[in-house]
Amino acid sequence: MSENKNLNSVAALFDTPNKIINAAKKVKEAGYTKFDVNTPYPVHGMDKAMGLGQSKIGYVTLFFGFAGAIFIFLFMGWTMAINYPYIVGGKPLFPFQAFIPITFEVTVLCGSIATVVGMLAVFFNLPFLNHPIHDSNYIKEVSIDKFGVVIEAQDPIFERDKVTEFLKSLGGEKIEYINEPEKEEFKILQPKFILFLVVVAALTSFGTFITLNKLMYVVPFNWMDNQRKSNPQSETNFFYDGYAMRTPVVGTVAKEFMPYPYQGQAQPEVPLANPTLPTEQLLKMGQEKFLTFCSPCHGNYAQGVSRLKGQFPPGPTLHSAKIIGYSDGMIYNIITNGQNAMPSYAYQIPREQRWAIIDYIRVLQRAQNPNPSDFQAIKELNKESGKNAVN
Amino acid sequence: MPSTEVGYVRRELPEKLKTIGLSLFAVGTGLGIIGFLINPERTSLSYLVTFMFLVSIGIGSLFLVALEYAVGADWSTPFRRISEFLAAVIPFLLILVIPLLLNMRNIFPWTHKSIVNSSELLKGKTAYLNIPFFIIRSLGIFIIWWVFYYFIIRNSRKQDSSKDQLLTKKNVNISSGFIPVFGLSITAIAFDWMMSLEPNWFSTIFGVYYFSGTVWCALAALTLIVILLNERGYLHRKIDSEHYYTLGLLMFAFTVFWAYIAFSQYLLIWYADLPDETIWFMHRWIGPWKIVSLAIVFTHFIFPFFYLLSYKVKMQAKKLKFIAIWILCAHLLDLYWLVMPGMPSNGYQYYFSWTDLVFPIAGVGLLILIFKYLSQKYNLLPIGDPKLQRGLDFHL
Ligand code: HEC
Repeated sequence: MSENKNLNSVAALFDTPNKIINAAKKVKEAGYTKFDVNTPYPVHGMDKAMGLGQSKIGYVTLFFGFAGAIFIFLFMGWTMAINYPYIVGGKPLFPFQAFIPITFEVTVLCGSIATVVGMLAVFFNLPFLNHPIHDSNYIKEVSIDKFGVVIEAQDPIFERDKVTEFLKSLGGEKIEYINEPEKEEFKILQPKFILFLVVVAALTSFGTFITLNKLMYVVPFNWMDNQRKSNPQSETNFFYDGYAMRTPVVGTVAKEFMPYPYQGQAQPEVPLANPTLPTEQLLKMGQEKFLTFCSPCHGNYAQGVSRLKGQFPPGPTLHSAKIIGYSDGMIYNIITNGQNAMPSYAYQIPREQRWAIIDYIRVLQRAQNPNPSDFQAIKELNKESGKNAVN
Repeated sequence: MPSTEVGYVRRELPEKLKTIGLSLFAVGTGLGIIGFLINPERTSLSYLVTFMFLVSIGIGSLFLVALEYAVGADWSTPFRRISEFLAAVIPFLLILVIPLLLNMRNIFPWTHKSIVNSSELLKGKTAYLNIPFFIIRSLGIFIIWWVFYYFIIRNSRKQDSSKDQLLTKKNVNISSGFIPVFGLSITAIAFDWMMSLEPNWFSTIFGVYYFSGTVWCALAALTLIVILLNERGYLHRKIDSEHYYTLGLLMFAFTVFWAYIAFSQYLLIWYADLPDETIWFMHRWIGPWKIVSLAIVFTHFIFPFFYLLSYKVKMQAKKLKFIAIWILCAHLLDLYWLVMPGMPSNGYQYYFSWTDLVFPIAGVGLLILIFKYLSQKYNLLPIGDPKLQRGLDFHL
């Protein structure tokens, strides 16, 4: 029948919860499978009357709840113990007790979000946000004070006139034929929508601005701002010169800090002697620090190939005869004081590490200009380990 | 056989119960007395565990009754009587407490002058922790509970014959008054009878911890008895899996609630790591106590949580019966874990005593006797309650 082609479902309204329960039972007994009941509030006993089993949505909640819990627990463990091992508050590196509250929260969060999204996906057939009954008179009534049944046209035993009669015989009123809605079109760039976005953006910016600049400073909230103390870079009338920040007394030496005797001198009178022994461990540290601090400008092998792609004048090669000829103390002086375009690294690199870097530079230099005896030494090493390292 | 309008047919519980209850009670008490004669110190603590268990059952059940009235629940009305019967332990507490009061010096370190004088903290607590005030407080609280029990239960029973709806209203008012009193008094009981066993230690959440256990335990007892009676047809054919489901749901909720509270207590102490707070957990982490502590985590939370998670399990009488028994045992173990490790003469070591097993037997016997006696005098369903029909018709 052509009139049935567009028909989505037949709906009927009932007055009381008891009638709707009864109707649901009858519809089910009559063998309909694709039908639904809409009520303004949950009616106890409906699941049984409609013959619904246990909702499957619980499994979605279960899965995502556990997935969230496991993920966040491992993630916290990874950040705290593996990626950036850091002792906090004297606790072990893997303080699982501290993870439990967050694991709990994330379990609930993932579980509940998944439940809502899963429900929308199942019942609305996402991405569609429209259901045929949405545009009907029926849905208006059942969201106020009526109880309704809809039998869908897709039901295998659906026949329009029979269903109508059947619903009437159950005491249903206001039988309504609900048609498939016209196909939805999503026009993103409608003027209304764009205006909406603009308004939302303006409101959000305004709200943020007011909150951050005004609300935060309203009297009850600025207790922490108004402390009786001097802030850095502020004025004070406590000291005669009016500065709140004080410089240390002349001659103050920071704890564990050894002042450098040739501070600011390009040419030390007697360059310091290298106090370190080039052990393997020390060289490893020198390599690490060299790669961190020096290689950006001087290149990974100190060959003067900057990694900075022209953002800073490249540092010269450290394999020149001049540098090979420099004493360790002289290079130490350059690292400590800087030289022309090269800044001082006195504050970034502790003394011990500066010497380690120098030892490592010596290794690099030797590798570029090996003695014949070095080859002999390597050959012997290879013989021991059975490999050919020179290749 | 009188039948009422809701279709409740009253049947007597089998006489056998009396024999069972009496023999359990007699055996338990007899052995208990022997225990007291041999080793009063250890036996007092064993007794304390079971005493607290009976407090849990009694006051937890009264709380469930009051809660039903206060919030106007109707699904639980058909078996409110069961909780009422269980709450009848409350008047007995005044007698049951006597052996403990006589043995206070065996149980509570703060009753010894030398111990109090050795600690500034304890000296500061003497205003609260002293023998006369302690006794007054405990007896006072038991009497207050009794008074509430008396009025709530009297009104409920009266309704069976008078069908007077105003009695429900009266009970709503009494129950609403009872709940805040209950909150404060159960905290005091938990502090006095269990926390003060290690008087240097304190935890403000301890009362809530005990509360979560009592309600959990009372719910399990209720579930177990409802299912046992209903399977044998003593209650009402309309009480079915949907009622069971709701009981299971509440047990599940309190499983999680207990874990939440227990962990809150643990986490703060673990974080702050202050010696006078961590000591309590240290005592429970020495030697075999460690196993008991881990067993608590498993029996009190992990297992019931995963067991009760499923919808289907909560619908099945058999499985619910199993978990109800499990929960009762877990609560008993929890109380054991709260009480025993603090015993200083133990050297904070675990040591098992046969008396630990004796008193629970007597306790169960006592409960059966009380239940049997009351069931002879009163209906198992509150047949005059206006909410009863709705409760029977309850659907999910
Ligand atoms: C920001 C880039 C930069 C970094 C990082 C840097 N240098 Fe330099 N370095 C330079 C420049 C540019 C020069 C050339 C200065 C000049 O014109 O005298 C230089 C010069 C030198 C010289 C003297 C070379 C000569 O021929 O006079 C030495 C030795 C040296 N650097 C060592 C180091 C060491 C060791 C480090 C690591 C601690 C380091 N540099 C890190 C940029 C850098």
